[in-house]
Amino acid sequence: MTTAIQNVESYLESFTEFEKSSSGSNLPWLRRLQEDAFARFCQTGFPTTRDEDWRFTNVSAIARTAFSLAEKGKGRVSDSDLKPWRVEDAAAQLVFVDGQFRGDLSALGTLPASVSILSLKEAIAKNPSALEAHLGRHLDIQRDAFSALNTAFIEDGVFVHVARGATLDQPIHLLFVSTTAGSPRMVHPRNLLIFEKETQATVIEEYISLGGGTVFCNSATELIAGDNAHVSHYMIEREDKDAFNISTLRVQLGRSTNVASHSLLLGGGLVRNNVHPVLAGEGAECLINGLFVGNGKQHLDNYMHVEHASPHCASRQFYNGILDGHAHGVFHGRIVVHKDAQKTDAKQTNRNLLLSDDAQIDTKPQLEIYADDVKCTHGATIGQIEENALFYLRSRGIDEVSARRCLLMAFAGECLDRMKPGAARDHSERLIHEHLLTIANQLPAATPSKGKAPRNWEEVG
Amino acid sequence: MSLLEIKNLHVNVAGHEILKGIDLTINAGEVHSIMGPNGSGKSTLAQVLARREAYQVTDGQILFDGKDLLEMKPEVAACEGVFLAFQYPVEIPGIGNTYFLRSALNAIRKYRGLEEMDAMDFLPMFREKLKLLEMDDKLINRSVNEGFSGGEKKRNEILQMAILEPKLAVLDETDSGLDIDALRIVASGVNSLRSKDRAMLVVTHYQRLLNYIVPDFVHVLVDGRIVRSGGPELALELEDKGYGWIEAEAKAPASV
Ligand SMILES: Nc1ncnc2c1ncn2[C@@H]1O[C@H](COP(=O)(O)OP(=O)(O)OP(=O)(O)O)[C@@H](O)[C@H]1O
Ligand SMILES: [Mg+2]
Repeated sequence: MTTAIQNVESYLESFTEFEKSSSGSNLPWLRRLQEDAFARFCQTGFPTTRDEDWRFTNVSAIARTAFSLAEKGKGRVSDSDLKPWRVEDAAAQLVFVDGQFRGDLSALGTLPASVSILSLKEAIAKNPSALEAHLGRHLDIQRDAFSALNTAFIEDGVFVHVARGATLDQPIHLLFVSTTAGSPRMVHPRNLLIFEKETQATVIEEYISLGGGTVFCNSATELIAGDNAHVSHYMIEREDKDAFNISTLRVQLGRSTNVASHSLLLGGGLVRNNVHPVLAGEGAECLINGLFVGNGKQHLDNYMHVEHASPHCASRQFYNGILDGHAHGVFHGRIVVHKDAQKTDAKQTNRNLLLSDDAQIDTKPQLEIYADDVKCTHGATIGQIEENALFYLRSRGIDEVSARRCLLMAFAGECLDRMKPGAARDHSERLIHEHLLTIANQLPAATPSKGKAPRNWEEVG
Repeated sequence: MSLLEIKNLHVNVAGHEILKGIDLTINAGEVHSIMGPNGSGKSTLAQVLARREAYQVTDGQILFDGKDLLEMKPEVAACEGVFLAFQYPVEIPGIGNTYFLRSALNAIRKYRGLEEMDAMDFLPMFREKLKLLEMDDKLINRSVNEGFSGGEKKRNEILQMAILEPKLAVLDETDSGLDIDALRIVASGVNSLRSKDRAMLVVTHYQRLLNYIVPDFVHVLVDGRIVRSGGPELALELEDKGYGWIEAEAKAPASV
């Protein structure tokens, strides 16, 4: 159920070239991982809409294009270019330009000895044995072509290791910058985040563009959270409207571990956000929270794959979408409850606001339950800005744009409320505020809605 | 100059003519009451005054303070001093009461060339008005009308009016659904806002409210027309006899 890669020669050429120079070339285990992944990718090719997991998202624009790897050291970015994109109060800021770590633009601050943060490239060079047990062990390259492709091209990204019992109060900010692309360019950032038992930390992965062009950013992150760890992960997509962004977050949760994944999709042209937590330890809890805001022709696809592999685990999925113009949003929430995962408590809610008649949302729950004592609920709503509420605000003197922004903010606020107070949430709030102001400004004056009737459904299983 | 002058107002809603030629003049300092059977167009008139766009004015004119009200957007009308206490106040989850009211007040103050009010100055004023309407302090932190009882919503409307200090307050069935204690509180809130610069248009079905808020004029609206106007005694007469006789009179061939 896949398409022939129209540009197989171009990937082959890139891979051959890449293998010669890559840092993994003298590590047999890494080399094998990469070769297997590339072989798998060549076998499957890119998915098509006949593939159930890709029913609503057509990636032929990616499959058709001949991308080449970014040339090293080409992207010109200065410290002052990045000023507006920094997160205040971050524990560490790592900047990657066209996939490559840039020490000169990064600030590692003073970290406790229990925390190590370095580029993956450096980690591969200096301490590969620290990676071997986890790198590529969790991501599913058999099922997912993009993960296979990313794995084939593992080179740089971040490696974070937080030793047992350590706590980081401020977030680690990873900023992935793509610069102007003359010809179509691809990057495959790869991150490995290891949080040992009883740790606490927050990581923000943020993707931005400085200059346009056809860029294909295919990132993958493996996040391993040990027993009793409390980890928050933020994925923030703010690239240009012509960017292709495929990101995959694979989370492994230990016993009584608590992980929150927050996704904010504000930019990008064709975006696929894969979140795949495996609740492997008893009593683990996972919050999967997201907001996607699209206008123009943006396509924002959220594919959740929540695996309950142990008893007494809880997962909560909450995704809110705001779609204007011709934007197309997708929420696909797959929940798999393994045979032994009794007393699973899984919940999924997807709420959407469609601001124009041409905006579209596809929302699809998919429950696969192999245990018998579980509680799974899912529900979705699709509606518009409430004309009554808008008029109420305006009748008190609040101008139309502000009133719309207020209502959008209230809707988005549900996602913000689920984030722990702190720098990462403040950062998210600021971005959402700014973005929704732009959206509110672009909306046409209020017209009596002739749009589709609101729809709601909820099921308990 | 009158504060509000409505002349020959015709309004269509969803293709039906609901108001069929309303003439009404209200001067600053006056309280007018509009009564009438269900569906006669009272709320339609109220919503048009607040400039709801879905209500299409097909003919006529409204001057507010000498300005063309029909040219104004809802927010401009509000800034000019029109306030509508809704028959059915809207719940808006996710927007805090305090934030909402301060934004509204500041929008209006800005329009009038006054300095914006910061949270430090706003809160004490807010609390004071809450006390006036005997409302719970915890409403400060709640979302606009969310989870409020019917009575709380109506009180909240009057609270907003007290804070926004309009020139013309239109109260659309603010008394409906209130028990006698709440009615008394709301009425005293309204009365405390009566002044020579402020006019009120009170829409109600019941004489009950008018015992507390005594109007200067009472108008009866039937099928989109004001069929009778009089003093407060008209409300008592309606209470006594219902609308039947007026409706019958209105339907009878004009003999004027
Ligand atoms: N949005 C609308 N679409 C269609 N018809 C409407 C709409 N709003 C009001 N109407 C109709 O207009 C007429 C007048 O309604 P309005 O609400 O003004 O009456 P009212 O006098 O306030 O009645 P009540 O005493 O029940 O509040 C009614 O027949 C009502 O059905
Ligand atoms: Mg009414």
